Amino acid sequence: MTGWRAWAIVFRGIVWREALRFVNQRGRFVAALVRPLVWLFIFAAGFRAVLGLSITPPYQTYVLYEVYVTPGLCAMIQLFNGMQSSLSMVYDRETGAMRTLLVSPAPRWFLLLSKLMAGVFVSILQVYAFLLIAWAWDVRPPAPGYLAILPALVLSGLMLGALGLFVSSAIRQLENFAGVMNFLIFPMFFASSALYPLWRMKESSELLYWICALNPFTHAVELIRFALYLRFDPTSFLVTAGGFAGFFAAAVYMYDPAKGLWVRRKGQAG
Amino acid sequence: MDNPALEVLGVSHAFGRVVALRDVELVVPRGRFVALLGINGAGKTTLFSLVTRLYDNTSGVIRVAGHDLRRAPGKALARLGVVFQTRALDSDLTVAQNLSYHAALHGIDRATARARMAEVLAQVDLADKAGMKVAALSGGQQRRAEIARALLNRPDLLLLDEATTGLDVRSRREVLALVRGLTMGGVSVLWATHILDEIAPEDLVYVLHQGAVLAHGEARDLAGAEGLTRAFLTLTEAEA
Repeated sequence: MTGWRAWAIVFRGIVWREALRFVNQRGRFVAALVRPLVWLFIFAAGFRAVLGLSITPPYQTYVLYEVYVTPGLCAMIQLFNGMQSSLSMVYDRETGAMRTLLVSPAPRWFLLLSKLMAGVFVSILQVYAFLLIAWAWDVRPPAPGYLAILPALVLSGLMLGALGLFVSSAIRQLENFAGVMNFLIFPMFFASSALYPLWRMKESSELLYWICALNPFTHAVELIRFALYLRFDPTSFLVTAGGFAGFFAAAVYMYDPAKGLWVRRKGQAG
Repeated sequence: MDNPALEVLGVSHAFGRVVALRDVELVVPRGRFVALLGINGAGKTTLFSLVTRLYDNTSGVIRVAGHDLRRAPGKALARLGVVFQTRALDSDLTVAQNLSYHAALHGIDRATARARMAEVLAQVDLADKAGMKVAALSGGQQRRAEIARALLNRPDLLLLDEATTGLDVRSRREVLALVRGLTMGGVSVLWATHILDEIAPEDLVYVLHQGAVLAHGEARDLAGAEGLTRAFLTLTEAEA
């Protein structure tokens, strides 16, 4: 199998399969929207009165809490989508479907990247559906922001999806996934700027502030937030891009037949 | 084209301190049905995992249709069709969708994939089931669908790892007859099994036990006067 055309066919095939699975599991789409909508409708309404927000970039005036929290919830959708992909990778590995992918002739890094991009595509659809509902809830960023956010969503989706890929390589059984939720997803989400600005964190704990500031999820949130308001934050861009490169390289290493996961695996009967 | 379909030369493999394969030598000539015979835990699946590059072979050489698996993995894997021990079809998708996905993974364009799908589904007698979800097929039909999938890229070598596991007697016979028929069309087959009555006298057999090849040759020669079952037990019990 050589040439860009064959690679394009492989890429299209992997995206097409993910899209089909997505269509077959419409409940997943709705479920993925319920979580951020609960935050937007209930949590934000409750905390609007409690959490005061000063003017911080990219906002040029005071904003309501639901306006502040919306970019964080977009990133939350992508974080959970990345972990959902990770879960389905572990499931595919247990059922054997993963082997079909891995024994195909295309290089493994390309197969993993294609799978990653298919997941990002699905997550972007979910984010836009969420933003549409948020618009109806009076969260209305500037109209060009809906377009400007797209490259930011691609990059943040790639970083969070790559993290999910890496996590999937380290999980041996589906049952271990609850641990990932407790030890990775929740701390990553709560120790970030998704729900509260970092200056508020600094007021309560310097250490916590630094944890949040170093959390790559914070930078994914800020990248989205700035893009939605037609601004570019170079630090967030660099950290998110670097996070993607690092997590993806780690995932490729773990899925390499000569290294990582496959060397550590125990033999199967037969 | 004169290269054997598969050459495994001096391959060993260990999981930590547990040695799974020891200096295995195995050749699948073109157009032959070769049985890899061994009890559970003999190392058959490990050998399959090495030949399909799920694991990296750190010792020895594996060549598929003349392509070294380590030096040219893409070319070697393109010549392989694989049916794993556990079923690996996406049960939420239809048979045709599963096959389309597999064709795409091999870089086969849509028009060619459609033509080949019709061809291989007819070959495995599933032409009328293309639009059915895999979950709605019987175990035997799912196995045949997997064989159809493995044939889509027109492989030189078909690997089947205990492909009849979990099938009833009738389905087992159908699958075995189907695979044997493929060798008439020039496909070489490596058939891993622990079931002795799946082996015909003219088959080339490799007896794998505790990770090592104990004997190989035509089944009729290995069986001698005492029969294959007795010969197999004698060989493996002597090693135990």
